[in-house]
Amino acid sequence: MQYFVQQLINGLTLGSIYGLIAIGYTMVYGIIGMINFAHGDIFMVGAFTALIVFLILGALFYSVPVVVALLIMMIVAMLLTSLYNWTIEKVAYRPLRGSFRLAPLITAIGMSIVLSNFVQVTQGPRNKPIPPMVSKVYNIEGISVSLKQIIIVVVTALLLALFWYLVNRTSLGRAQRACEQDRKMAALLGIDVDRTISITFVMGAALAAVAGTLFLMYYGVIAFSDGFTPGVKAFTAAVLGGIGSLPGAVLGGLMIGFIESMWSAYFSIDYKDVAAFSILAIVLIFLPSGILGRPEVEKV
Amino acid sequence: MPGTASPERDIVATPVQRATREALYAGAIALGLFVLFIGLKTDQNISNELILVPRWPLLAAVIVLTMAGRFFYVAYGQPFLASQKVADIATGLLPDSVATRFFRLPYFIAAIAIVAVLALLAGSLDSLLGPGLAGYARFARALAIIYALASVLFYFRSFIHAHFSVLGIAALAVYPIIVVLVLALYSGSMAGGFQGSLKWVDNFGIQILIYVMLAWGLNIVVGLAGLLDLGYVAFYAVGAYAYALLGTHFGLSFWILLPAAGAMAAFWGVLLGFPVLRLRGDYLAIVTLAFGEIIRLVLINWREVTNGSAGISGIPKVSFFGLISFNVSDPNYIAKVFDIAQSGAYYKIFLYYLILGLCLLTAFVTIRLRRMPVGRAWEALREDEIACRSLGINTTTTKLTAFATGAMFGGFAGSFFAARQGFVSPESFIFLESAIILAIVVLGGMGSLVGIAVAAMVMIGGTEALRELDFLKQVFGPDFTPELYRMLLFGMAMVIVMVWKPRGFVGSREPTAFLKMRRAVSGSFTKEGHG
Repeated sequence: MQYFVQQLINGLTLGSIYGLIAIGYTMVYGIIGMINFAHGDIFMVGAFTALIVFLILGALFYSVPVVVALLIMMIVAMLLTSLYNWTIEKVAYRPLRGSFRLAPLITAIGMSIVLSNFVQVTQGPRNKPIPPMVSKVYNIEGISVSLKQIIIVVVTALLLALFWYLVNRTSLGRAQRACEQDRKMAALLGIDVDRTISITFVMGAALAAVAGTLFLMYYGVIAFSDGFTPGVKAFTAAVLGGIGSLPGAVLGGLMIGFIESMWSAYFSIDYKDVAAFSILAIVLIFLPSGILGRPEVEKV
Repeated sequence: MPGTASPERDIVATPVQRATREALYAGAIALGLFVLFIGLKTDQNISNELILVPRWPLLAAVIVLTMAGRFFYVAYGQPFLASQKVADIATGLLPDSVATRFFRLPYFIAAIAIVAVLALLAGSLDSLLGPGLAGYARFARALAIIYALASVLFYFRSFIHAHFSVLGIAALAVYPIIVVLVLALYSGSMAGGFQGSLKWVDNFGIQILIYVMLAWGLNIVVGLAGLLDLGYVAFYAVGAYAYALLGTHFGLSFWILLPAAGAMAAFWGVLLGFPVLRLRGDYLAIVTLAFGEIIRLVLINWREVTNGSAGISGIPKVSFFGLISFNVSDPNYIAKVFDIAQSGAYYKIFLYYLILGLCLLTAFVTIRLRRMPVGRAWEALREDEIACRSLGINTTTTKLTAFATGAMFGGFAGSFFAARQGFVSPESFIFLESAIILAIVVLGGMGSLVGIAVAAMVMIGGTEALRELDFLKQVFGPDFTPELYRMLLFGMAMVIVMVWKPRGFVGSREPTAFLKMRRAVSGSFTKEGHG
């Protein structure tokens, strides 16, 4: 039982990170119907930005309180990563809006290659380890919960609450939902569609940057190629939850996190990704539009 | 970037004013993007801790370049393109007016002269100019050759356009012969010709043709049937491992295992096809991606059979139907049979023709299938699934045949790949490969075989050509490795080509079914490809 709860906690931590990334996928998909393949690499850029900020802080000040350091890392990462996603949207996706479905997909894959190789060229191909930032571990009745895990879950929960408020209670969120339902109609009603889409990209990137910072803090290492696997898994999570649905993305992220930690705990660590992908395939066979996704109504 | 300035201000501002403003924006954005990534470099110090090394001059250079580029583009590039467009419409010579100015007879003669002079001096270039300048001279020679070839193509463009397929196949068929002959003349001996041809036949010829074949195979699934497959490389892997395992363990010949690998890949295609039949669009895409990853992870982790990440080596070579062998130790080794000097180049040239044959087979099958009921059903399915169903097309079998046929060609290409490398490992079958193949299909103009071949040649040939830029080391110092920039430039090229030509290189479609006459239609009229 203790072992199980322990795995549940590990899964929750992992799932939170996937959920944060998955939101970026699902929002972009919801609003312009495109798979933003570069999102995984945006996450990696976020983690790298956090790493560099961490090193700058270390070089400039003798010691910075961990909370302050984390906060600064997160904010800078959010800003700069958003700038990346905003630029990418302008350069690579906007000119292709209204073009056929696969064109933006290809530029997204191209951008993903560009981003990871850009980081490789500028920062070198090696793994970049940092000393552990937070190392406290609590022991509650034989279950060890590290402070890192608590930070991840709390930050994720806070951000999700903020995000939920943004989407459901502000005019910006209303504009986003309007664009999602019918872009042409939204434009007719005076919503600046281009701006709304840009903001969607910025928001997705900001969440991915937070996920990147948390990832860096949790694992203490990042490399230029680390964007792909979390990116694919987050995308899997978004699809599993029903792409286009925000609660679905979080739910899918948590599910993938649980599957992974349970599978590596009880079966084999080598095949944890195989398990996650297989379960995705099985779920989609029975629920072809994900768990919370709305089935596509097709009109003739 | 469009949309950064409001239109009212654009009318008032002169191009230069506008360009200055845009350049400032671009500079600010570039500063934000690059300040941490180019301005600072993370490096390990002696005690293995990460430290930051500032690179401010480089950052400044990059930002200034970005601003200058943006400035010149907005101030001179955009007005030039706009006026060009007007001129083109006025003269009715659409892309010709720039091109005719660019390709002129005097320039052509000058290019030939440069090539001739530099080729005559080839041996003494290093001593004459020193190694640094000689590198530039070789680069200039390569540019001149490309220019001369391009002008020849340009002058005969209408002829080439009319007979593209025949000319293309003929050119591919004589390519190794020409390479060997040219290099033999150059080096003065036949053996030298064969030795020098290795790079050209293997790195360029075979490499490009493998991708052509893969892209043509994927084209059946994506371009014809309209099913987005992001895990195509899985079938490539199945074919490669089928040949590698059966060939090394049971010693079966390539000619038996080629169809076997194709059949096995087709079987896996059906296996993948079954569960995903109900899925559409992007759900299908993610499941195929997951399938590709599952295959790769199994190859990595099932160590007893696949030898894990270490891969399988010592895969037997292909023989010429058992008559002529390419193993030096065999009694029927090609050099012994024909009594010629030993060289590894014979095998490469043989492989070149083998993959060319496989490519042509793929093209032939695709062209014929498009005229058969199943091919028509694929294209109908791509355009409208509901209409298909109401017309009585069995969508299940149609989708499954598309998956199986596409997978089969992937399997063929895979077993060829294993035979060519002599070594397979899961490293070769990562998602990036699937993405590259898909990109080639889309960049070529989905469904168009010629367009796809051109796209493969440009993208794969281009990245291979980037391996030849070693002389840049003299410019940027010995630490500079052009290799690193290959994939970066590849990704950029993908984005630029796609934005420039969203419909791919060949934007028009030739229908197979027509009422009175065959008439090509614009690709924009079809949903995702051929019409």
